[in-house]
Amino acid sequence: MRDFAYARAGTAEAAVGTLAAPRTAVIAGGTELLNWFRLGIAAADRVVDIGGLDELRGIARDGDELRIGALATLNEVGEHPLVTRLAGALASACLQAASAQVRNRATIGGNVLQRTRCPYFRAEEPLPWPCNKRDPGSGCASLAGRHERQAIFGWTQDCVAVQPSDPAVALAALDARADVLGPAGPRTIPMREFHLTQREAAAAGEPMRETRLGADELITGYRLPVSTGGQAYVKVRERASYEYAIVSAAADVRLAAGAGGPRAAGAGGPRAAGAGEQRIAAARVALGSVAQRPWRLTAAEAELPGTPLTREALLPVIERAMADAVPLPQNGFKVTMARNAAVRALLAAGGAA
Amino acid sequence: MTLDFARRVEVTLRLNARSRTTVVSPRTTLLDWLRDDIGLTGAKKGCNEGACGTCTVLVDGRRMNGCLTLVVQCEGRSVTTVEGLAGMKGAGEVGGELHPVQRAFADHDAFQCGYCTPGQLMSAVACIAEGHATDDASVREWMSGNICRCSAYPQITAAVLAAAREEAGR
Repeated sequence: MRDFAYARAGTAEAAVGTLAAPRTAVIAGGTELLNWFRLGIAAADRVVDIGGLDELRGIARDGDELRIGALATLNEVGEHPLVTRLAGALASACLQAASAQVRNRATIGGNVLQRTRCPYFRAEEPLPWPCNKRDPGSGCASLAGRHERQAIFGWTQDCVAVQPSDPAVALAALDARADVLGPAGPRTIPMREFHLTQREAAAAGEPMRETRLGADELITGYRLPVSTGGQAYVKVRERASYEYAIVSAAADVRLAAGAGGPRAAGAGGPRAAGAGEQRIAAARVALGSVAQRPWRLTAAEAELPGTPLTREALLPVIERAMADAVPLPQNGFKVTMARNAAVRALLAAGGAA
Repeated sequence: MTLDFARRVEVTLRLNARSRTTVVSPRTTLLDWLRDDIGLTGAKKGCNEGACGTCTVLVDGRRMNGCLTLVVQCEGRSVTTVEGLAGMKGAGEVGGELHPVQRAFADHDAFQCGYCTPGQLMSAVACIAEGHATDDASVREWMSGNICRCSAYPQITAAVLAAAREEAGR
């Protein structure tokens, strides 16, 4: 790791004020940044530490919104009673991310800014192969090589990587908004629009851009509308714990009145008395690790009200909503796996699994 | 508003219950500082990227990867390493009576080569304090950040649960 100059910010404004200069990085937990420095993914002459900013800490209910400070760690978010009760999918996503000790450092603000786990991207410099993210214009080694873990939506010939964050999937599913501070003042970015697919970035004329956050902006926190539905986050991976998702799904389900109340994720409520008895009143569902952004299944969400909360009824709805998937030669299995994860998340959120 | 960026930073922290002031380059990780500057080599440098957990130490009582923590981020904090574990319970010095979790690891043969053990011990102490050492599945989930290539996982799990029971019974 190359050395850098260091300063502790006393206010969020002071931190933002340093970002106008080139090669200035923000450190909060540091679990990503230090590895970027080691691999040569990022290089900075100056690092500004926002870890001491109490104004960016804390989790509280504010009317119909849940407010989460950017410096809340993944363990703090995942184990906070308010988050468990009002945003269960987010709590579950946080606790299924990384390991207990990484979650004590990693912050919810920094987590959504983590970069892809594509092994061609995450190699030590100098890279022995092309990667457009590391060396723009060099090509994509993954597209020509191994790509079974890569995108099934929104990829281009330039890059097929996926965004690996678990919390980002829940934040997108739950219509969270990021509070952002820049040189011109605060603004908000809806989390379902925060990340960009390669295709969206290319259309905007910046093919390697990954988020809508400006280089001189800082995430200060999130606001989530309080949900009355049951929620779940399903993560499918090759190890039972401490592993990135192959695919994941976050769901929020409100059941139709008279068909039994909604249940919290993981609460394991009583099963439906009979198939088709419980029907969905409203649902939100997003897939993770299928694109460079969380992938809301909006077509399914429009179709789900009135649908029975059964695997048989949900499968075709999700399949139709994923009809535009474009798998790569090696990752067709992810279409099936993501479909099943979405169905499982909806069933679990509705209390039927 | 401008900030003063420094290439050498003075940091005061508590290390194993003793106050220390040090001057470091900002890039110095807690792990490198402990091993190279202080000579506490209990925390191991396994992967140096947060994947193996063998550098786990406690910062203000919470377990963290020493390789993912900068010394400059520890200003005013209290750091405990495996060397400080034996002295933690009583007034004894470092090297005193074993911590109950250390004793449980010995009693359950919770290691073979021992390379991961300092990290396992620190993670186990935190896991118990957090209230996550309730049953087999919970221990395995909350200890998953510590890799053991000898695969002593069943013994480690048993040791953590035994130490948790002992602590609860006291």
